[in-house]
This record gives sequence, C-alpha cells and structure tokens, in this order.
Amino acid sequence: MSQASVGHEGHAGHEGHADGHGHGSAEHAKYPFLAHHFETPAQQFDSAKLGMWLFLATEVLFFGALFVAYAVLRSRFPEVFSYGSHYLDTVMGGINTCVLILSSLTMALGVYFAQRGKRIALLICLWLTMAGAAGFLVIKYFEYSHKIHENLVWGPGFYIPPHDAIGEAESVALAHAPASAPAAVPAPLNSASSGVPMIGAHPAVDASVVKPASMGPLGLGAGAVNHASAVTHDIIPDQLPSAHLEDAKMPPNTHVFFAIYYAMTGLHGFHVIVGMVVIGMLIYRATRGDFGSNYFTPVDLVGLYWHVVDLVWIFLFPLFYLIH
Amino acid sequence: MTTIVTPRPELLDTSATNDNYLTFTRGFRSWALTLDHKRIGVMYMSAVLASFFVGGVFALLLRTELLTPGRTIVSADTYNQFFTLHGAIMVFLVIIPSIPAALGNFILPIMLGAKDVAFPKLNLFSFYLWVGGALFTLYSLAAGGFDTGWTFYTPYSTTTTTGGVIPVLTGVFILGFSSIFTGLNFIVTVHKLRPPGMTWFRMPLFLWALYATAIIQVLATPVLAITVCLLIVERTMNIGIFNPSMGGDPVLYQHFFWFYSHPAVYIMIVPAMGIISEIISVHAHRQIFGYRFIAFSSIAIAMFSFIVWGHHMFVSGQSGLMNTIFSLISFSVAIPSAVKTFNWTMTLYKGTISLTAPMMYGLSFIFLFTIGGLTGIHLATLNTDVHLHDTYFVVAHFHYVMMGSALIGMIGGLHHWWPKMTGRMYNEKAAIIACIIIFVGFNITFFTQFMLGSQGMPRRYYDYLPEFQIYHVISTIGAYIMACGFFLCAACFVQSLLGGKKAPANPWGGRSLEWQCTSPPPHDNFSSPPTVGNCYDFSMLRWDEKEQGYVVDKELEAVAIAAEARGHS
Amino acid sequence: MTQSNSNTAHADHPLVGHLVPVSTLLATASVLLILTIITVAVRYIDIGEFNLWVAIGIAVVKAGLVASFFMHLRWDRPFNLLVFIGCMLFVVLMMAFCVLDTSQYRSTQYTGNPPVAQETLDANAPGAPVARFKLGMNP
Repeated sequence: MSQASVGHEGHAGHEGHADGHGHGSAEHAKYPFLAHHFETPAQQFDSAKLGMWLFLATEVLFFGALFVAYAVLRSRFPEVFSYGSHYLDTVMGGINTCVLILSSLTMALGVYFAQRGKRIALLICLWLTMAGAAGFLVIKYFEYSHKIHENLVWGPGFYIPPHDAIGEAESVALAHAPASAPAAVPAPLNSASSGVPMIGAHPAVDASVVKPASMGPLGLGAGAVNHASAVTHDIIPDQLPSAHLEDAKMPPNTHVFFAIYYAMTGLHGFHVIVGMVVIGMLIYRATRGDFGSNYFTPVDLVGLYWHVVDLVWIFLFPLFYLIH
Repeated sequence: MTTIVTPRPELLDTSATNDNYLTFTRGFRSWALTLDHKRIGVMYMSAVLASFFVGGVFALLLRTELLTPGRTIVSADTYNQFFTLHGAIMVFLVIIPSIPAALGNFILPIMLGAKDVAFPKLNLFSFYLWVGGALFTLYSLAAGGFDTGWTFYTPYSTTTTTGGVIPVLTGVFILGFSSIFTGLNFIVTVHKLRPPGMTWFRMPLFLWALYATAIIQVLATPVLAITVCLLIVERTMNIGIFNPSMGGDPVLYQHFFWFYSHPAVYIMIVPAMGIISEIISVHAHRQIFGYRFIAFSSIAIAMFSFIVWGHHMFVSGQSGLMNTIFSLISFSVAIPSAVKTFNWTMTLYKGTISLTAPMMYGLSFIFLFTIGGLTGIHLATLNTDVHLHDTYFVVAHFHYVMMGSALIGMIGGLHHWWPKMTGRMYNEKAAIIACIIIFVGFNITFFTQFMLGSQGMPRRYYDYLPEFQIYHVISTIGAYIMACGFFLCAACFVQSLLGGKKAPANPWGGRSLEWQCTSPPPHDNFSSPPTVGNCYDFSMLRWDEKEQGYVVDKELEAVAIAAEARGHS
Repeated sequence: MTQSNSNTAHADHPLVGHLVPVSTLLATASVLLILTIITVAVRYIDIGEFNLWVAIGIAVVKAGLVASFFMHLRWDRPFNLLVFIGCMLFVVLMMAFCVLDTSQYRSTQYTGNPPVAQETLDANAPGAPVARFKLGMNP
C-alpha cells in the first residue's frame, strides 16, 4: 500500500520503540486519530490549538498592518474620513455586524455539539453559520454594487465632484491670508493635531540659500517626455460622470477613504469566503460522522478562525461606518 | 497499521545494521511526499544551496560589471536587474530559509528528543510553498525581470514597466507563508513535544535560537505579505496609497516594508548564532559560558528587533522625533549580541580547541560578526548615517552580518552536522583550506567596500568616478577568490557523498541528543529513548579508536554524576 | 482516514478541552448584540474626539467577550492568551510609531522661488555630486 512508501508509517516507528510511558502504542491503537509523533490525544489537541492560535496571530498581524494604514491615513485626512463615512450605509453595516455575531454564536454552538458528540445538532449549527456567512456576503454585494454605481471606488476611477467655485475662492483667500488667521479649511498637515513637540524643527529658509541641484542623465523632472512608457498614475480627468451623485462639498482625496475601505472590507470578505469553504469541508466531514467527543479538533480550529473573522469585523464596523 | 521493515543484505555490515532515514524507503514519491522532517530538511538544503549558487552567479556578474566605470559587460538596465536578483534570491530564497528550514528541520526534533515536528504535513507544505515561491521568481526572470532593488521602494516599484515585478512579488508572498508555517511548526514543537526531562533550560542553545527566530517569523512575516499585496494592488488598481499626488505616502511603504525586513535580518542571524554556540562549545570541548544569558539574549534580540526598523529610513523623510527614537533603540539592540560574543569568547578561553572545519567557521563568525555588528553602530548614529546611507558602507555592513556571519554560520553548521546527516565524513584538510580561502576572499571583497562607502561611492550605481576604480577591482578580485573557496567547499562535500569515510555516531564529541543516535539517524530518530542531561558537559566523553568517534565512558560518567550529586547536596 | 467509533462516542464530556455551556454562549451573544446597538447609538451623540475612543473601547470589550467565551480563552492554556494579546500589542506598536511619524510631518518652509536646475556636471560647480576628498588629502 502506498502508505509504506510515503514515510508516514503510523505505527511502524514503534517497532522496538519502548518509550518512557510504556503505553504509547496502546494509546495509538485506542485512538486512531492520534498521530505517530504524539504520545496522548491531549498533547495532540493542545498542539493543534497552539498552532491555530499562532496562525490567528499571523492573521491579526496581516489585518493589523491595514489597520495601521487606516490610522495613518485617517490622521492625515480626518475630514475625508468623516465625510466619506456618510456614504456608507450604517443600517446595512449594523445588520452585517449582527449577522456575523450570530454566526459566531452558531459556530460556537457547533463546537459544543461536536464536543458532546451530537452530530445532527452540529450539522444544523454549521449550516446556520454558513447561511450567516452567505447573508453577510449578499449584503456586502449590495453595498459594493451601490457604491460602484455611484463611482465611489478607489483610485483614478473615483467620482470627481463638480467644480465648487465658492469653495475654491474660499481656499484661495485663506492661502493668501496672514499666517495668524485660523485655518477654516483644515490643512492636512496641521501642527495642532498632536501635542508632540517638533524635534529638529527648521526655521523658514529663503530659497536662495538652497544650492541648485545638478541634472542627472535624464534631467531633474524631465517629465513625461522621457518616461512615455512608464505607467502614468495621475488622476485621469476623463471618466464617465456619475449619473446620481451630486456632491460639490466633497473634500479632495476622498478616494483615499474608499481605497482603504475596499482594501480592508475586501480582504475581510475574502476571508469570509475562505471561511465558507472551510466550513463546507467541515459539513462534509461531519455528515460522514468523523467528529465526536473524542475527536472534534477540526471543528474547534475552524471555529477559532471564524471568530477571528468576526473579531476583525467588530473593529471594522465602527471604524468605517460610525465615524462621527 | 504496521509495516515490516527488513534491512537489505548489502547494508548488513558492522557499522550500519539498521536502515536509516535515507534508505528507509526508496523512490521519488517517498521523498516528494515524505513527512519525515529529516528528508524535508535535506530537500530544503539542496534547494537552498542551489539558489545560493544562482544568487552567487549574479553577484559575480555584477562585480565583474563594476570592474570599470561605465559599461564593462552589460548595460545599466541589466546591471540593475543583476543586483536586484542577487539581493532578492539571497534574502528570500537562501538566507532566510537556510538555517531554520534546512538545518533546523533536520536537527530540531532530534536535538529536542521528539519523533518529528508538531505538524509534519504542514512542514512538507512549507517546503512546497518555498518551491512555489522559487518558481514564481524564476518565472519573473522570464517575464522581463525586475530592477527595483530587493527593497521594492515606491514609486519606482509601482511605476516601472519591467514585467517581472508582479510575479516576483507573488513569489515573495508565497515564500513568506513558507517561512511563517515553519516558524509556527517550530514554536509548537518546542512547546509541546519536549520529552520528559527536557526542560526549557536543558535545551541546547540552538533550540533557543530557533525558537526566538520562529517568534520573529510568525509575527513579522505577515506584514511583508500585506506589503507585497499592497504593492501588487497599487500596480494593478492604482489605489494611490503610496502615491503623494493621490494623497498617499511613499514613506508609509518604507514603514511597512522595514517593519518586516528588519526583524527578517534577525531571522537570518539568530539561528546562526545558535549554531555558533553549539560549534564553539563542542569543538572547544568546554561548557558554554553563560548559558542563560545566551538563551535570554536570543529572546531579547527577537523582541528588540521589532522596534528598530526606522534606522533604515533615517534619510527618507521620516520625522526627526522618530529618527531619534529609532537611533537610540538601535544602539541598545547591540547589547544582547555583544553578550553572546563575549560568552563565546569566554567559552574558548581555557578550552581545548580542536581546529576542525566547523571550529574554523566558528572563529570566522566571531571575527566577522564583530566587525559587522560594530559597523552597524556607525549606521545607527544619525549624523554618520546621513553620510553613509545608500553607500557601499551599508553594503559592506550587511554583507559582514548576512554573509560573513549568517551564511558562514550555516556552512559551519553544515560541516558540523554533515556526518550526522549523511553518515559520511568529509576531507578535513580541504574543508579547512576552503574556509580560509573564503575568509580571505570575503575580507578582501567587503572590507574594501567600507572604504569605498566612507568615501562616498553610492550603492547600486552602475557608473562611478575613476578614483573608486581601484577599490572596485580589489573587491571583485576578492569575490572571485571567495567563489573559489566555495567551489572547493562544495567539492569537499561532493567527494564526501561519493566516497567519504563512514561517520561514527559522535565524531566531534557533542552531548546534545542528536549525537546519541546513529549517523545517519534511523527513520524514527531514536531506537531507544534518549537520556537527557547537561548537553554542554563534555567531561564524560572519550575518544574511541575503534569507532573513530567519541563515546560516553561509563567510569567518567559515574564520576560526573557523583560530582553533580555532591554539588546538589 | 477512517474513524472508529471511539471518535463518535456520545460522552457528556469531551476527551480533551473544555465544554462551554450553551447558556454562557447565548448570554455572550446577547451582550454582544446589545453592545453593537450601544455603539451605533453613541455615534449619534457628539463628544468630539472621544467618539473614536468610545467606539474602539466598546469594540475592545466585544473582542474580549468573543475571545474569552466563544474562543474558550478563559479556560484555555495561558500561553494561547499570551499569543493573542502579544500579536495585538505588536500591531499597536507599529501603529503608534507610524502615526507618530506621520503626525510630525510639516510642510516645507522654504520661502521665495524654487532654485533653478543646473545644466552641467561641472566638478567645481556648487552642489555638484563629486567626492570632495581623496585618501590622504585634505578636503
């Protein structure tokens, strides 16, 4: 049989192997799910749980870096974030939150029933969790399609608000105002935003003091002429105007909010899809009768994963939908 | 399910009566689908050494190009690809996986006293992830290559039209998960699969080092994964997160990248330090000095490594406040490394030093790491870094620590455990000559670059002013000398595989558990449960002429046990 | 891999791990839903800067409940808790340093016109990128 050549002989290694416990082989005979390199089911279960927690730590750091990007962008563009948040439907977001919480509940109940060996109840819980996940994705689909329809997307495809003559006049007037005038238009780089003292602050310097830079081979700022083949990343002015949106008051760079919104909720949605696949595999195995009070580890581990997916959304919801 | 194992007749000789892990099963599938950590380690080692060869070829090519200012053999664009590929291959395909995945996979379970790692299937999956990442990197070469530097700084990496950028970024993403799963496996193995008697403070220091490395791998690598994802998204969907004209911030990219890549360099060096702890103590036949200090310093380095990443960004536009904070903490990260270096030196003092090839590599390590580490202080100092950033000084510094230390440590470890892994000895004299050639060549190559850098030669430059040429020529000659050394080293190993002397169980006189099983080890590591004692107490070993190796002498052992009992009473 | 009947035994207590009662799970879910409603309600009350921190605070409490009860951390090995808290601390660390850095950004404070780019690589021109000293010579 192929198992011999695979090298994972479950019990061949125990030939002549008298381990310290003396009952090692007996444990393996009693519990067929016990792998050859573990001594007891408890050791295997503990190892599996620790491994899963470490994997979840990597997921936390994976999402965490995006949270860092969010924090940096929001600290630089607070008005953009509070403005953009109005375009997100709090009701849909709230329903999604409740759906995920309930699916977490059904998942935890599934683990409970697996531990009790109750197959039918476990299956019901798994199917309910799956339904919750699907419901979440359906609501997400409606949210996304609505926004895409309104051109509230990332990057250059973003809706360009109509020209706001009054607002522009205001900002021009403010730019020429004396420095002591309070800035009504919030400058993105506002020194009042943090109480941290400036270390190494330079006094204002006149431009004549700055030595001119030499031109490199292609010239400083030689421009698009020499880089015709380079990918141009300027905002494309000619895009289809939105049919429904009319919002002259939209602050510049609002696309930044939507970029990070799609990035984070998109990645989260991807994890929901993966979760559905994995829960589907669990349903298959549970239907086959693989789980009972002796062995339910996969259910437990998938449960942990699903709870982390819920956890991420618990943070995403207020950070995107509930910005005051 | 049981399988009857009958040794084949040709193996029934006096020294190898049992099948070992190499001969236990045969055939391609038995290796391709193996769950045996030793076989996985061997596969990793072969793959890593092959990648080292490829990365080294790129290094020789770029050094050859730098023999003269202006064009020597290739154009500027091709040169950019050479140094990028050299860096990316060496960092992601060679140095990061080399010790943890190749040597660590083989040694960790045996040294620990376990039958395998905690998740053997995940281990095999990690290997295939490495292969996948390597394939994507190869594919990126075919797709047009990439010339962004291994650091992929924006805006160039998001705007360059070379076609290999997205494939290699995908490859890096996959390699990241290979690294994460290896680290995860090791942490769980060290926590849960320790046999009775193997307490935390009886573990050999190599295991402490692998454990600390695994923590870094698990915590830091996901940030690399998301960084690479963001770059791909930026190239394909242009969200503008790193583009100032769209409200983004290129320095944010650097924060993301270095949050991983600085801990990554500690992933490279900490396991090598663990190997050196083993080599120095075993080949000097002396108890390691300051065991707990070395153990804790490994963990300290792992923790510190996460709070110094900004020292790569002193001139990037990072704020003065953060510059100061990072500079200060970077000074302090030198302390645990210094603790280790001191302890190794003290271990050598009054030891009975055998100048074997592993010891030669160990001594090289201490010398080269001291230089590399101290020049890091030059770079951690804000005002000198303004002058030295992006010059050859930086190149020399990181080659001293990454190559002169991490890689030398890996090669030393390979020599140290070669008899265990292959069951054969290598030609000691030739190996020592190779070590000396590598050492000499390395110093010629890279010490010159300190001088180049302090005089202002920028790194990654294709063209340079004529006054730098003499240094470049010397450096290139050094590189060729080093290459000769590596070829000799490789020839040594090949000759050993083809017809080397049979290795005893304990050729060097080690006391950690891997020396208690046969060379090569049996399939299930230990035919009888190993006894866990003080793995740095060599007093009970004696050389056995018949076996041509060290054995535990019963009388000496009794003396040692009595002494320990008296010490406790 | 076929499972024997021992896997599917209908014992009241699992072989390994801890059984969390259904009532605990239901209670946790109820509290989570209530906290969600509170979070949404607070959004409509203006307390300035603190809105963000209150929202995050409630989210942290919810996360703690999910982790302790749904994820069994309350009855699990302490090291798993350490792993969980530890990874979040690293995220906070990265966030703190990056936001601190960004908050220190200032606009350029040069006044007047920008300098004109120079056309030549004249070695003696001011600002030319030539190494100004050789070994053994004074700069």
